[in-house]
Amino acid sequence: MSEHELTCGIEIHQQLDTTKLFCSCRSELVESDEKTFLRRLRPTASEMGEMDRAALLESQKRLFFRYQAPPGVSCLVESDEEPPHVADVEATDTVLTFATMLNARIVDEIHFMRKLVIDGSNTSGFQRTALIAMDGHLDLNGRKIGIQSICLEEDAARKVDAGDGEITYRLDRLGIPLIEIATGPDMHTPEEVKEVALRLGTLLRATKRVKRGIGSIREDLNISIPGGSRIEIKGVQELRLLPLYVENEVKRQRMLLRIRDILSERNVAEVGYEPIDVTDIFKDCPSKVIKGALKDKGKVIAVKLPGFAGVLNGDGGSLRFGSELAGRARTRGVKGIFHSDELPAYGIEQPYVDALNERLSMQDGDAFAICAAPKRKAMEALELVVVRANEGLVGVPEETRDPLPDGSSRYSRPLPGAARMYPETDVPPVRVDEERLKKIEDNLPELPDEVIERLVSQYKVNDQQAAQLVRGGKDELFEMLAKGSDMPSVAATTLANTFPEMERDGLNVDKIDDDGLLSAFRLLSEGRFAKEALPTLLREMCSGVTAAEAIEKLGLSAMDSDEALSVVRGIVSERRDFVIEKGMAAIGPLMGPVMAELRGKVDGKEANALLAKCIKELIP
Amino acid sequence: MSYSQTLSDRLDSLQAANGDVLRVTSGDRTYEGTLMPHHDFSDPDVLVLKLKSGYNVGIRIDGADGIELVQRPEAPIRKQKEKTVAGDKPRIAIIGTGGTIASFVDYRTGAVHPALSTDALVSQVPELGDLAEIDSKVLFSIFSENMAPQHWQELALAVANELNKGAEAVLIPHGTDTMGYTAAALSFMLGEIPRPVILVGAQRSSDRPSSDAASNLLAAARFAIEQDVAEVCVLMHDSPSDDSFAVHFGTRVRKMHTSRRDAFHSINVAPLANISPGGVAVNHPHRRKGDVKVEARIGLEKDVVLLQYFPGMRPWHFERAISGSHGAVVAGSGLGHVNKEMVEFISKAIYGGTPVVMTSQCLNGATNLGVYDTGRDLLKAGVITVDDMLPETAYVKLMWSLANSDDVAKTMRTPIANEMSERREMHV
Repeated sequence: MSEHELTCGIEIHQQLDTTKLFCSCRSELVESDEKTFLRRLRPTASEMGEMDRAALLESQKRLFFRYQAPPGVSCLVESDEEPPHVADVEATDTVLTFATMLNARIVDEIHFMRKLVIDGSNTSGFQRTALIAMDGHLDLNGRKIGIQSICLEEDAARKVDAGDGEITYRLDRLGIPLIEIATGPDMHTPEEVKEVALRLGTLLRATKRVKRGIGSIREDLNISIPGGSRIEIKGVQELRLLPLYVENEVKRQRMLLRIRDILSERNVAEVGYEPIDVTDIFKDCPSKVIKGALKDKGKVIAVKLPGFAGVLNGDGGSLRFGSELAGRARTRGVKGIFHSDELPAYGIEQPYVDALNERLSMQDGDAFAICAAPKRKAMEALELVVVRANEGLVGVPEETRDPLPDGSSRYSRPLPGAARMYPETDVPPVRVDEERLKKIEDNLPELPDEVIERLVSQYKVNDQQAAQLVRGGKDELFEMLAKGSDMPSVAATTLANTFPEMERDGLNVDKIDDDGLLSAFRLLSEGRFAKEALPTLLREMCSGVTAAEAIEKLGLSAMDSDEALSVVRGIVSERRDFVIEKGMAAIGPLMGPVMAELRGKVDGKEANALLAKCIKELIP
Repeated sequence: MSYSQTLSDRLDSLQAANGDVLRVTSGDRTYEGTLMPHHDFSDPDVLVLKLKSGYNVGIRIDGADGIELVQRPEAPIRKQKEKTVAGDKPRIAIIGTGGTIASFVDYRTGAVHPALSTDALVSQVPELGDLAEIDSKVLFSIFSENMAPQHWQELALAVANELNKGAEAVLIPHGTDTMGYTAAALSFMLGEIPRPVILVGAQRSSDRPSSDAASNLLAAARFAIEQDVAEVCVLMHDSPSDDSFAVHFGTRVRKMHTSRRDAFHSINVAPLANISPGGVAVNHPHRRKGDVKVEARIGLEKDVVLLQYFPGMRPWHFERAISGSHGAVVAGSGLGHVNKEMVEFISKAIYGGTPVVMTSQCLNGATNLGVYDTGRDLLKAGVITVDDMLPETAYVKLMWSLANSDDVAKTMRTPIANEMSERREMHV
């Protein structure tokens, strides 16, 4: 059996469109920062009943969590001032429905657990979660993708601010039900990852009980390559970027393996942590970062990295170990580090580099990293730099990474160990009996293939477009647009063609939300502009303007027929001889100049009719 | 609900106990996991297994399903607790009574235990050891709804003993449901005390990261050491925030919310003290620390009833309750009223020698039986009025007075532990 170039599993978290999981608050995000209170969380005793003093100190360093408790979308349950109510039946049924759709084995009795999380994102200090089903599968292009588990859990509070010793969370998101689906490590190409995610998204939407829009679905990727390690990229919100994250992570792991081989070939030994205070060298350095740090009574600390020259930033930028080091350093609250492969630059000129080289007794092939910050922070950051450098001798360290909007990712923390879970004794177990399952089986939602057939027969769109709409999760939006405007074919073309084209052209299509698109279609059906102008209008809307503003900006206002007729008549009379010579055959050649004048103002069909009319007027 | 007979027999035949690893084969499904205690609300035919992922799942077992014992875990070895070293720090006695503040989860089996030794509680709050030499013991291990007057008596003796042995303070972790009653009882029984006695509760159990147990306990220890206050009091959160606490007189405090952290309020007075990040504000004159020897008077007349008046109350419902008791407290409506029939009935009871104390179910404000006819009739009949005393405090004080005073009416009307006052501040 040949080893795969890449192994990937995904975990999808999708918000359900019901009330909250353990109370009847609305599941909505709001803009309200009133009603706050302060809390602390303490780690609880270990299984052995002992308190880990180090963990305790760590938790106390973080000091306070401030919570905003907006009315209507949070109550005493979210504030951890009242025990949770029974799990929402609709949310539970949605998960049972989804589990049935994926042929997963449903447990006979659902037991909610408390998964310890003490970063403040849950007021209780734990996330409530229940395993509902296991061992399902998904058929994708003839391949079976395993579904390891399907869980029902509560979403966390959202972080709105982080200050010195205090993190602020808003409780509106806390408790929104989430379905969590974990696939097996069964995907082996970036495109396959996207396809599985799309397919799961489509099936989820088929339940009609999931929230839509950015942030309502979040994906975690687990990626490894042969010789590499399991890396988790947590919280991807943009489905279309999934393949890019996978590709970039594969590249990153390959690069790290290459760096390991280079270092091993050079016989680079484990680096010792020997920080040196080099502040005096930089007394008059014009570098902004260094000047700023020194002004705040910081220090410049250096560590030597023997044998690391050229891998921090080398081979035409294909080796970028420096950014790995910087990523680790940043977790200690410093802005970053400078390393020898990138200097002189950033206001640190050659004389400073020379002075550093001398102070650190640099030999050929050695590298250094410096950090300018308050002394303790800088020392801690560089200690981590050394740790990370030594990990580079071994290969790829397991870690959790944050996705960045450009498709790359950034170090966030080490991969968490097994979660500590214990029973949520405040929530009674939920029996899943035959009767309930039977009812769910009898009411399974319309499957994607069925929706495709229906779109074709009901709206007369072609098979390919219908399939594209369903696969892309746009079927519901399509139906809304089609029904609202009574222009199903325009709606289908817009979603199935125009949008992908705009995306290909690098336009920011996220600026057009569902409501924006609906309003564009409403204006279209009101005759405010011609349907030919829709793509232009949408392109304009990608800059963040509303449909109405785009109409104004583009000067697209529909022309009435009289005005249009006189424009066409003018064009025809200018070409009088040609028209008389060609007769009705002049329509084809003249459509170009006519549309150049009327595009966006008059429907193409109507323009064609007007042209025919004017030609007829001329020819005998 | 417990296991069905069949399932229970099968587990017995395997000698399977909670914490054992089992493999269950049900049709084409196989589950392997640690056997968890059966949940009270679980189906009798359901086994709960903790899977390797950490999740518990319930599996319904029928006759055809296979259960195998895979592994029996070794008993966990508990580390020896380090003894707190006696130094020149003050000694704080902690007397455990049970309740939420002392509930915890056994992670191995997932069972929730109602009682945690005070030792374990202190080991969960190691900062206590930085403040004082901690001397802890467990007197009871019960939920506070099961607390009865004989427990108050036993507790009062234990507290007196600790104070007389020179404790800087006595902290009493207590279930919150009846903490107000216990606090009132201790206030009357202990009388003059040389050092503070602070009851502390938690509205969130101490096995959760968000528990208020540790912060309340620490705030109580600090207050006891740093402030020159020698009273029986209750310390709990003053708001939903973990940085504000209120200290209440034991006779003035009432649980006013079923679940919030700041459930405890002082009624008719400001709290004895408010603790905030800005410092401690002491709001009342109070007894200071000293050397007085405690002589606990723990006698209680236990045949006393506390009745809440309601429209439609009929004497015959309560005939036996009152005639069978040696004293009754009524929480009347408004200024302290009951209907006409009840007035006659109460008059008869008083004539028969049963003292009846009138309080108000409004809780806030004093009774005043001079305003309306009903009140005047009750006064004529000899009802004892007690200003703004809480009904629960009056109930405890009546029990205590009946056992410790020759003139019950006079004792009831005389403030002895900050339980009542003639004047109330205007708050606008």
